[in-house]
Amino acid sequence: MPTNLSNPLALIAELTHRCPLHCVYCSNPLELTQRSTELSTETWSRVFREAAELGVLQADFTGGEPLARSDLVDLIRAARGSGLYVNLITSGLPMDETRLASLVDVGLDHIQLSFQGSRADTAAEISNTKSHPQKLRVLEWFKQHRLAVTLNFVIHSRNIDQIPEMLAIAESSCATRVEFANVQYYGWAFANRENLLPTREQLASSIELIKQAQERLKGKIRIEYVVPDYYAKFPKPCMGGWSRKLMLITPNGSALPCHAAQIIPGLQFENVKDRDLRKIWENSAAFQKFRGEDWMQEPCRSCDRRELDFGGCRCQALLLTGDAAATDPVCSLSPQRGKVDAILQAANAFPLVGAQHAAPLLATVSATEVDSQKLYQPNWLYRPNPA
Amino acid sequence: MQQSTRTQNIPLRGRPSVSLDPNSTPRLAAGCRLGENNNQRVLLMPERALRLNGPSLEIVQRCDGQHTIQQIVADLQKLYSKAEPEKVAQDILGYLKLLHDQRALDFESSAPL
Repeated sequence: MPTNLSNPLALIAELTHRCPLHCVYCSNPLELTQRSTELSTETWSRVFREAAELGVLQADFTGGEPLARSDLVDLIRAARGSGLYVNLITSGLPMDETRLASLVDVGLDHIQLSFQGSRADTAAEISNTKSHPQKLRVLEWFKQHRLAVTLNFVIHSRNIDQIPEMLAIAESSCATRVEFANVQYYGWAFANRENLLPTREQLASSIELIKQAQERLKGKIRIEYVVPDYYAKFPKPCMGGWSRKLMLITPNGSALPCHAAQIIPGLQFENVKDRDLRKIWENSAAFQKFRGEDWMQEPCRSCDRRELDFGGCRCQALLLTGDAAATDPVCSLSPQRGKVDAILQAANAFPLVGAQHAAPLLATVSATEVDSQKLYQPNWLYRPNPA
Repeated sequence: MQQSTRTQNIPLRGRPSVSLDPNSTPRLAAGCRLGENNNQRVLLMPERALRLNGPSLEIVQRCDGQHTIQQIVADLQKLYSKAEPEKVAQDILGYLKLLHDQRALDFESSAPL
């Protein structure tokens, strides 16, 4: 290992892009990987071995939906066998009690269960699937096992007012950790952003509520809140810096510094089928591209914060400015911060939340004739299932 | 999904006084376990890892549901005999409380069955 390069701490294993849900905020790329090109059990097992040798401590099993892999038990066994701690990031579908027991028995350390809302109708609208009742069942089954449980409530304008109900779900469960994670705008979330970004007022109320809950539940449940970074003054230290702490493997074996990196033009990504993980981590052109500081533009280049946030997110810089090397325009010091301010202005001037704010489609339609929920439902772009 | 595994050193000094039941037995919470990589011992937990060195390692190794807090304090006071015993005790309690707040530790009653 070159002396100034540290090893990755976590491997994000994007096992598949198949998923029974179609969430409008999904961070998968718009171009989903075909099932026929997914890596085999054997290849993933080798990747886990190489990851452990490289110094990786943890594997995050994600997707799509990792439960869609019929070999999931074998994958967990392989990762544990290589010495990795295994996190399963899941929607809870498809699974029954027997399957859950088999995952725990083979050594699953931690499960993170997603929630699209506190109510079935919200969850159905956001995921275009009747998934909520199953999640509540799964939540009950967790109580039979010795397993670390995190609940991940994905937050946006359509469900940010459900935080008290979400807390109630968490408190009646065995979860010791809860993440309220505001949607960040990549992939499908970026396409649906106009209908997801909360208002300043919604955000302020949510912060207050969560602060109170953190205090009240201290020692019982650890609560973490991630706010949408458009509202922040400084950008997030995305992924802990480009290719510093984490690496992601896509379902067909591409090694990426992050889940969105394939949108950046001019990057060549290596594949775990062709090269071992250590060589990829140390030498891949895509991994080297934004390491260190030589690539930075001003103001990042001479900024005191460059070792704190690394200039923010490259993918976000690309999405919002067209230049992946630019300062993340979320940063208040970016000359392009105005682009983010314009987005926020639109979100706060014309909030699309709740029936009372949205313009009715037909002024004369009687409320009893039409499902009023449907009348104000945004025109969502739902994520499909890959071929 | 943009989770990251974060590691950190948690300094043992400088935390306010805490009181915990000295007869309770700390035990690592579900999904929390010791690990090792590149000769560095770590405490692994959901999407995080804490580096363990010296005193923190000695403490966590004893969080097995068998050692009472009193025993852990006594053991470490002996191990670190040059340090002020009361300081050692307060450091241990502070560290245990911190791990508990992060939900890496449960305090179990040692009352006999």
